[in-house]
Amino acid sequence: MSDTSHGTGGLTFDKTKRSWPNEMNILLALIIIIVIFEILGQILPYMRDQSFLFDSKDRFDSIFNEARLKIIILQVAIIGIIALGVTQVIITAGIDLSSGPLVAATAMIAMSFGQTELVNGFPNPKALFGTWAMDLPVIVPIVAGLAFGAFIGAINGTFIAFLRIPPFIATLGMFLICRGIALWWSGGNPISFPTASYKYIGSGMMPVVWFLSLAVIFHLIMRYTVYGKHTYAIGSNEEAARMSGINVKRHKVMVYTIASMLAAFAGIVLASKSETAQAGMGEFYELFAIAMAVIGGISLQGGRGSIIGTVLGAMVLGVIRSGFTYIKLDGSYQLMAMGSIIIAAIVLDQYRQRNKA
Amino acid sequence: MSDDLVLKTEELTKHYGGVHALVGANFEMKKGEHVAIMGDNGAGKSTFVRQITGVEQRTSGKVWLYGDEVNFAGPLDAREAGIETVFQTLALADDLDVPDNLFLGREKTFANWLGPFRLLDYKGMRNDTIAGLERTGVKIPNIRNSIRNMSGGQRQCVAIARTATFASKLTIMDEPTAALGVQETAQVENIIHTLKEAGEPLILVSHNMRQVMELVDRIVVFRRGRMVANLRKEDTDGQDVVAYITGAKTGAEFEGAA
Repeated sequence: MSDTSHGTGGLTFDKTKRSWPNEMNILLALIIIIVIFEILGQILPYMRDQSFLFDSKDRFDSIFNEARLKIIILQVAIIGIIALGVTQVIITAGIDLSSGPLVAATAMIAMSFGQTELVNGFPNPKALFGTWAMDLPVIVPIVAGLAFGAFIGAINGTFIAFLRIPPFIATLGMFLICRGIALWWSGGNPISFPTASYKYIGSGMMPVVWFLSLAVIFHLIMRYTVYGKHTYAIGSNEEAARMSGINVKRHKVMVYTIASMLAAFAGIVLASKSETAQAGMGEFYELFAIAMAVIGGISLQGGRGSIIGTVLGAMVLGVIRSGFTYIKLDGSYQLMAMGSIIIAAIVLDQYRQRNKA
Repeated sequence: MSDDLVLKTEELTKHYGGVHALVGANFEMKKGEHVAIMGDNGAGKSTFVRQITGVEQRTSGKVWLYGDEVNFAGPLDAREAGIETVFQTLALADDLDVPDNLFLGREKTFANWLGPFRLLDYKGMRNDTIAGLERTGVKIPNIRNSIRNMSGGQRQCVAIARTATFASKLTIMDEPTAALGVQETAQVENIIHTLKEAGEPLILVSHNMRQVMELVDRIVVFRRGRMVANLRKEDTDGQDVVAYITGAKTGAEFEGAA
């Protein structure tokens, strides 16, 4: 079969000619932001010719400032795991606001099954349950946390798909419910001292390992499986998806369930990393996860975007956060800058949409 | 019933509450035949189509497809049985490309034990798409472009190409050119010609007299929920058909019906 077999009126089908992927724009933005910080490091009087990402001192072997790179990605890894799920929800033209409090509730639940009985030879001072729940195999807190996430996600999905509650409202309600569950689970007390094996899940660079492996898995799922294709189809034209025989309701429940399980997993990892679980954990995580997706080019109208975009969006947020610390601007400026970038990303998306229509 | 009938309905009736939208429709079509359904708005054309395609459940009557009596629970059943419908509103997902749209909801897959996570056979779907497009004579510069960037005519062609890709037993088009410009309409009409040459049976719902006279073998006219005429193209002309549509005339065999 020749490549020109269905060309029309001189138009030929060129397999090599693919349109410029949107992800490249985000990568470009990421590079520009890094360059700006590098330049600022050189010209700001109080910076004394430091480099942002490159190693300016001779005592290290690497050309990169590895410590900073590690911190950047470690900072975004846990929220990034949530963003992988939020991405799928947004691609169906939905939204999930419940993930932050779900992280807290799951952290509490998982940690309560992941505690160790003896701390330095003394009974665990933060023990929530009796000895039966102490020193359980690490699979128990993981399964308990994921099961809770699946349960919450299935409720979200059922209300949205079957009872036609707008996603914003349904997950806003779940936002409050989950924060309530997080407080109620231990009566507001922190739960601490995990077993060694549970501690390992979130130790060191493990959150990054989880984030990147899950990103690869969900990239493949969204790109190469029926689940992914139907997720895009629903966000693109729900009516067409229904008429094509896709079980839209069941699929939405599945998407919200998977998204909440990812948020729950983030909670499991966060509790392990912090070696404690508190009801106030994960504040604003849902918003940062949405921000990562939006900066990564996931259209809030649904149907467009990719996991790669979200990973890049996460990197943009991480670099900005780290960069502001690097040029010694405090947190208030960081928040203002991040807010502006989110708005800019949405404006850009709408502009693109209008140009294409 | 004889084997060369594609579709037969007997006393097909649909009431919406007290409204008799379709009353006692007896319809037959032969293999390879292209039939137009005409009539004013509210005459029962779309109601008739909706009963056949399983979009709605008929109040009474019987439907046969290729000699087998059928009762479709929904549009999917009808599609599985080989009835492909091109709707007035385009049922396409804008952000997906041509093969994705053709195979939406019935993707070619492998590793099916993975359930919802079974893998897409992109290559197979692409090849089938190209074959289907060639069969219908639909020309699209790059099938891997998303539908969003295509003209209305190209999009309608994609919707029509579905039918060819899946070798349907009966194609139904509900006003396929209502929203299209002159050139795009010509494009769609070309495809209908191709279907005719390939012997694929077609029901065309249309308001466009020129189009109907040019494309089909037979014209069935509906008026106020009833079939009022069944005209071979050779035996009629535009004025005649209009007379049936407006109620100035009623076919001899339908006397007393309306």
